[in-house]
Amino acid sequence: MKTTGIVKAIIANLVTIEVDGPVAQNEICFIELDDARLMAEVIKVNGNSAFVQVFESTRGLRVGAKAEFQQHLLEVTLGPGILSSNYDGLQNNLATMEGFFLKRGERTLPLDLEKVWDFTPLVQKGDSVVAADWLGEVKEGWLPHKIMVPFNFLGSYTIESISPEGSYTVTDTIAVLKDQSGEKHSVNMMQKWPTKLAVTAYKEKPRPFNIMETGVRVIDTFNPIAEGGTGFIPGPFGCGKTVLQHALAKQAEADIIIVAACGERANEVVEIFSEFPKLDDPRTGRKLMERTTIICNTSNMPVSAREASVYTAMTIAEYYRAMGLRVLLLADSTSRWAQALREMSNRMEELPGADAFPVDLPAIISNFYSRAGIVVLNNGTTGSVTFIGTVSPAGGNLKEPVTESTKKAARCFYALAQHRADSKRYPAVDPIDSYSKYLDYPEMAEYFTQKVHANWVEMVWEGKNVVLRGKEAYEQINILGDDGVPIDYHLRFWKSELIDFVILQQDAFDKIDASTSMERQEYMLEKILHICRKDFHFERFEDCADFYKRLINLCRQMNYSPFKDSSFKKYESEIDLLITQA
Amino acid sequence: MTTKAFQRIYTQLEGITKATVSLRAPGVANDELATVANRLAQVVKIHGDLVTLQVFAGTEGIPTNAEVVFHGEPPALNVSDELSGRFFNAYGNPIDKGPAIQGERRQIGGPSVNPYKRKQPSQLIPTGIAGIDLNNTLVSGQKIPFFADPDQPYNQVMAMVALRADVDKIILGGMGLSNDDFLYFKQMFENAGALNKIISFVNTTEQPPVERLLIPDMALTAAEYFAVDKNEKVLVLLTDMTLYADALSIVSNRMDQIPSKDSMPGSLYSDLAKIYEKAVQLPSGGSITIIAVTTLSGGDITHAIPDNTGYITEGQLFLRTDSDTGKVIVDPFRSLSRLKQLVIGKQTRDDHNQVMNAAVRLYADAANAKTKLENGFDLSDYDNRCLSYAKDYAQRLLAIDVNINTTEMLDRTWELFRKFFTQTEVAIKQEFVQKYWKDV
Repeated sequence: MKTTGIVKAIIANLVTIEVDGPVAQNEICFIELDDARLMAEVIKVNGNSAFVQVFESTRGLRVGAKAEFQQHLLEVTLGPGILSSNYDGLQNNLATMEGFFLKRGERTLPLDLEKVWDFTPLVQKGDSVVAADWLGEVKEGWLPHKIMVPFNFLGSYTIESISPEGSYTVTDTIAVLKDQSGEKHSVNMMQKWPTKLAVTAYKEKPRPFNIMETGVRVIDTFNPIAEGGTGFIPGPFGCGKTVLQHALAKQAEADIIIVAACGERANEVVEIFSEFPKLDDPRTGRKLMERTTIICNTSNMPVSAREASVYTAMTIAEYYRAMGLRVLLLADSTSRWAQALREMSNRMEELPGADAFPVDLPAIISNFYSRAGIVVLNNGTTGSVTFIGTVSPAGGNLKEPVTESTKKAARCFYALAQHRADSKRYPAVDPIDSYSKYLDYPEMAEYFTQKVHANWVEMVWEGKNVVLRGKEAYEQINILGDDGVPIDYHLRFWKSELIDFVILQQDAFDKIDASTSMERQEYMLEKILHICRKDFHFERFEDCADFYKRLINLCRQMNYSPFKDSSFKKYESEIDLLITQA
Repeated sequence: MTTKAFQRIYTQLEGITKATVSLRAPGVANDELATVANRLAQVVKIHGDLVTLQVFAGTEGIPTNAEVVFHGEPPALNVSDELSGRFFNAYGNPIDKGPAIQGERRQIGGPSVNPYKRKQPSQLIPTGIAGIDLNNTLVSGQKIPFFADPDQPYNQVMAMVALRADVDKIILGGMGLSNDDFLYFKQMFENAGALNKIISFVNTTEQPPVERLLIPDMALTAAEYFAVDKNEKVLVLLTDMTLYADALSIVSNRMDQIPSKDSMPGSLYSDLAKIYEKAVQLPSGGSITIIAVTTLSGGDITHAIPDNTGYITEGQLFLRTDSDTGKVIVDPFRSLSRLKQLVIGKQTRDDHNQVMNAAVRLYADAANAKTKLENGFDLSDYDNRCLSYAKDYAQRLLAIDVNINTTEMLDRTWELFRKFFTQTEVAIKQEFVQKYWKDV
């Protein structure tokens, strides 16, 4: 029997309920308010008082209102039909909601229960299976969507029966499994999973060993992210966080993109809604929307559902990973989620940590990031969840709790710098502060050696060194004046400018330059390093600047030209000529 | 509305702080309004039958036996076409001696729009100010604040923008407006003969600060009525949002909440987002555009209020006084309209994007030349031309007293290019140079 309770106290979204039976931490309950049922989650229990955070507005709620506990945690419904959907943080389908305004207590189903799917079995009667094994598949658009043994099935099972090829809805039984005690379990195409728990139904989680191409040079060349890796992008407002995230969503080499718009502007999600169905995925030729799922809890939607939205997105990502797919999860922004935690912690009168954030914030963040990763599935194939979160540091100061906690958890750090944005050097990723720990992985070095270039990692470090030395020279020039330093300082500075303008800066709005293939990145880095290794001699610092400015201009024209076409080659020969003449 | 029939009256307060009172009253709803000794108050906390009320006008002089009457509903506004041309206080009551508004009673601070049902903003709002139209074009459905130091004429600029903008309704939400500024707005609107399309909700500095918290929600409830129900283009002016945030911090402080950065409440981001996100482009053609003012202290945008605002709004317009010309200009470096790409070159002339960027780049070169000059370095011929250009650019384009249309702005910029620079220095796509570089 379900536990029920009576509302005893209300402070904004924090409600205390006196319960008449057992309740679990994080259990979901519904509170009755007029004809609506408000969804809430238990966040603390004290005696027979359960403290719940309500996911919707508590306006008009009174002491004495009835609540009913649901005996499960916040769950995501998994099954065919998730792809290309637009959900809110609690996985309500936004497209099927009625009315123009979000109505309190309105729920819509995440999956279409009427729709029939063409099912093909992948197992036979008598086969032995465990959780997450593939029973069959349906076509979800272009995607072979695997129907799996539910993740919460413990131990091994024998296939008692499996439905033949045919059309079924998500609720039709497609298989009957027999557990070791002989009990039979019917399985359909839909399963539920609690969002706060990681899906661990796979064989092993190795160290990442290859990269996920993004087409963004400052990432792929300088600070590569691994397939199944983690990274984060902190930056003050106006530094191009959103443009960079959208570039990743458009270009990344992944099968599925899940965008969690967490506490950010609604118009940014509208941009995805309205543009992605029109844009082509350059890798497959399909529309971008066909590989994208959006979980959105924009800044004006209920604050407590913000936390739920990132977990919902992660669980969906893990579900598709179990099908052997490469999933990229983008969350914008995790700071808003941390702020939601802060608001609730404050109402619960917990002792605050730094900047009034809850003290367990670093643990929560690192736990979340640890759910990403590449995994080897039971059948030996791999699937991955790559996670990139943005952080919106207060005042652009990277020494604030959310940035610092995330820095401990994420392996790639893409710091957006105000000074780069001010001088319109986009993407404004700071080449010196940013890093990718994957560059140090021996597995990754081997991957680069085989797939990109024999000395790739050394080349990247060489490039980074040129940039660093250039910055040091620049500081000296600024202090001592153009004439006050040896010409060598100017040379060093301009070499770093060459790398900055040609490799690091990239025009996200240009058709060609927006996305660069790894092959092209390798070609350009080698070319540019080759030029950097040369020592030119100039009498005056103005000559040095003029020479490099011309060089940079030609290289940029190359960037704007299709790879190795006639104009590309024309600019290349102009560059070669310029160098030989110098 | 069954609860409205009988109103419960209590006369025994258990606690009084500077902003709140508490008393025992069963059956009270969260967010409900009440009157405490004839002052309006709202339920902010319920614990069993102990209810905490936030008294908007402050608790000075409230006795423990004050009469408390619960209204049985949260703050609401009567909406109808009668709102046009009227002035109201923070509670939505007329302050212009006119009759009370008859109409549908709507709760303020209502639910948000389903993001899936929104449309992408796409309609340009011309203002005649080049610092805005040319460099930071406004789009209907956008939310954008002026960042300005208290000595800047931000209210005048905002009134000017409002009166020039092609919209159906202008709704003014004045928070902590000085009485002089309030009268200025009133005068401006009257002189422009535009009073019938203007609705004002005003809390002046003479009134209690906590009352301000109701102003944005009142203004936006009225805005939603005209935009959603009547498909009108509505422009909402909110001044000054810094004073609104200050009122938030007063309340959270009185309620013993732990402050976060700059002694602001931890929920500042959500509180501001709830307001600004009401800006919307509706599929039916109606829209709500929000232009706000956030006053800065000494130009510091890292303070929690402008910082959180910047993360929420779609850009910001920075006002400063140009020292060369003495004119107030919209700073081209620090201002930004995130939505301008949706309209420039599409609803304006094709050369807009390139001309805008080139002009700002040359203005940046002038800034560098100026630094050189100040540091005692020699100036090149190019530096000198940049400096002269900067002066003209500020005077004839950026200054807020310039009022011309976008095509004239573009022509004027070309004229400056031609006057001071060569074609290679301007470095604009050749097709535009051929079209617009006219030798006189």
